[in-house]
Amino acid sequence: MISLAGRDILHAWGKFIFTGVGLGLLIGVTLTMAGVYRGMVDDANVLLDNSGADLWVVQQDTLGPYAESSSIYDDTYRGILGMSGVARAANVTYLTMQVRQLGDGKARDVRAMVVGITPDGPCHPGQPGYLVDGRHLTRGHYEAVADIATGFALGDHIQIRRNEYTVVGLTRRMVSSGGDPMVFIPLKDAQEAQFLKDNDAIVRQRARTEQNPALNRPGVPGLLDAVIASQSTNPSVNAVLVQIEPGADPDAVAEPIRRWKRLTVYTRAQMQDILIAKLIATSAKQIGMFLVILAIVSAAIVAFIIYTLTMGKIREIAVLKLIGTKNRTIAAMILQEAVALGLIGFVVGKISATFWAPIFPKYVLLEPGDALRGFVAVVVICVLASVLAIRAALKVDPAEAIGG
Amino acid sequence: MDKQHVESSARGIRIEGLTKRYGEGDTAVDALKGVDMQVAPGEVVGLIGPSGSGKSTLLKCLGAVIEPTAGRMTLGQDVIYDNGWKIPDLRALRRDKIGFVFQAPYLISFLDVTDNVALLPMLAGKPNAESRKRAMELLEALDVAHRAKAMPSQLSGGEQQRVSIARGLVNRPPVILADEPTAALDSERALAVVRILNQMAKQYETAIIIVTHDEKIIPTFKRIYHIRDGKTHEEAGEGRSFD
Repeated sequence: MISLAGRDILHAWGKFIFTGVGLGLLIGVTLTMAGVYRGMVDDANVLLDNSGADLWVVQQDTLGPYAESSSIYDDTYRGILGMSGVARAANVTYLTMQVRQLGDGKARDVRAMVVGITPDGPCHPGQPGYLVDGRHLTRGHYEAVADIATGFALGDHIQIRRNEYTVVGLTRRMVSSGGDPMVFIPLKDAQEAQFLKDNDAIVRQRARTEQNPALNRPGVPGLLDAVIASQSTNPSVNAVLVQIEPGADPDAVAEPIRRWKRLTVYTRAQMQDILIAKLIATSAKQIGMFLVILAIVSAAIVAFIIYTLTMGKIREIAVLKLIGTKNRTIAAMILQEAVALGLIGFVVGKISATFWAPIFPKYVLLEPGDALRGFVAVVVICVLASVLAIRAALKVDPAEAIGG
Repeated sequence: MDKQHVESSARGIRIEGLTKRYGEGDTAVDALKGVDMQVAPGEVVGLIGPSGSGKSTLLKCLGAVIEPTAGRMTLGQDVIYDNGWKIPDLRALRRDKIGFVFQAPYLISFLDVTDNVALLPMLAGKPNAESRKRAMELLEALDVAHRAKAMPSQLSGGEQQRVSIARGLVNRPPVILADEPTAALDSERALAVVRILNQMAKQYETAIIIVTHDEKIIPTFKRIYHIRDGKTHEEAGEGRSFD
């Protein structure tokens, strides 16, 4: 028996291909939406991976440093270093801001997450894991290592707050949970960038302090200078990143830090939960809604196309029924055409998504598993969408082929 | 009716007292009111009548497309209908025992000429090669074998109708029902189609019923059934030669 669906598709291949391409672009958008979600999750995981930490020590009762603001003293890490099971600990600050690229004709702002790290070398927590060009931070001030997604090049000068930095290294896939590329600068500079007030505010603060009789006592020389000095510097960081000794249990190491330092400590699994279940949960639901709507729209389009194609053959279907074609042969023809349309659409959609995903400003991760699930969904949608046309075809009266 | 005709009609199609009622109660319409008809193998008869006389209803009943209300239909030795269908699979009956030729050829647009004809034996479970071989034999007999690979849209009206006839004959059915097969053709092509149907009827021992309004072909029938208000009466035709 010949394939009626195959013959019909070959006969009207132009119409079929163009329809499939149209459907494919829609499927491509759907796959890309799934890729956007996967990219967000991957960004979150990459953020955790790149931090190189096993534990995150943050301000008590906060979800910091990625989901909420957190502020702890920058000497806290010394006490943590002395605790059992701790191999390394390092201060870190995170600040998402506009970083200005300087230079003739180059001046532009880039949204980036500025990360303050101690220039201890690549093995320490918080450091960029690997570089694609240049070197790590070695000086205490005015150097930067940037993710290549910022568009910065080695030797470029960038401005963060009032200070200028030279890009000495480039790294890759170092992004915030929101997908913003990271710029690493020395911790002291980052603390200043995050907490230092502008000059006018400092002048006003000094004046207020001088006018305060409790702080400016004639009988206590040096008090005013000490107070002003403490107001001008900031001893806070957002978190302490901790690496534990090999074989140590993260929960066992975390517990005494919680108890004795009165800080909140998150393990990798807890931080992953905060990032994925809390921080990007709303975005995930948003994308999920888009996926549902796109699936419904795709199903409606396939149903409409298959229904229209079937209605265009109504007289032929009547003839087929009159000459003895079984209902299941006619239903199979429509079903095969719907699935073929879906297959064309899926191939076009997968190719389209693969080509346009790298162009997106944020990371789009197209996973083979998602493609497989998408393929199954497309086939299921096509099968369901063909039901309407099959019902219409089976209702056709073979008597319609005979006049009168 | 002579003895030879009665004996041969035992292998053709025979209907007795066929009635068809549409609707019920006050709105009931009797489209057929006890129709009698018999066509012998190899015979071509005309069925003529004005619009609304019941021609199409009779054709649909004969084609097992709609169910009569009462009566009896016999195809060859098989009772098809006797106040109820006696054949469980009407679809197979239509496929294997009845050939259809329509007013418009209604060829399947996405199949080429060969497969349009070969489709029926394929549907009946015959192998593709055998089905196509049988289709080619008929296409050659009908002088359209040279268009075997053409699509229906590439054929002239006369060629399409000949392919349609080939499709009606391909399963060697004992009866062919032709619904206005010459309506869309000019005189020359119309007579050619009727000539072919007569040749095929003789060659394949097929009983052919042609429903027509076409004045050009009516004189060619040897027997004609007139249908009016749901009743038929038989009369002898001119049986004019095609020469």
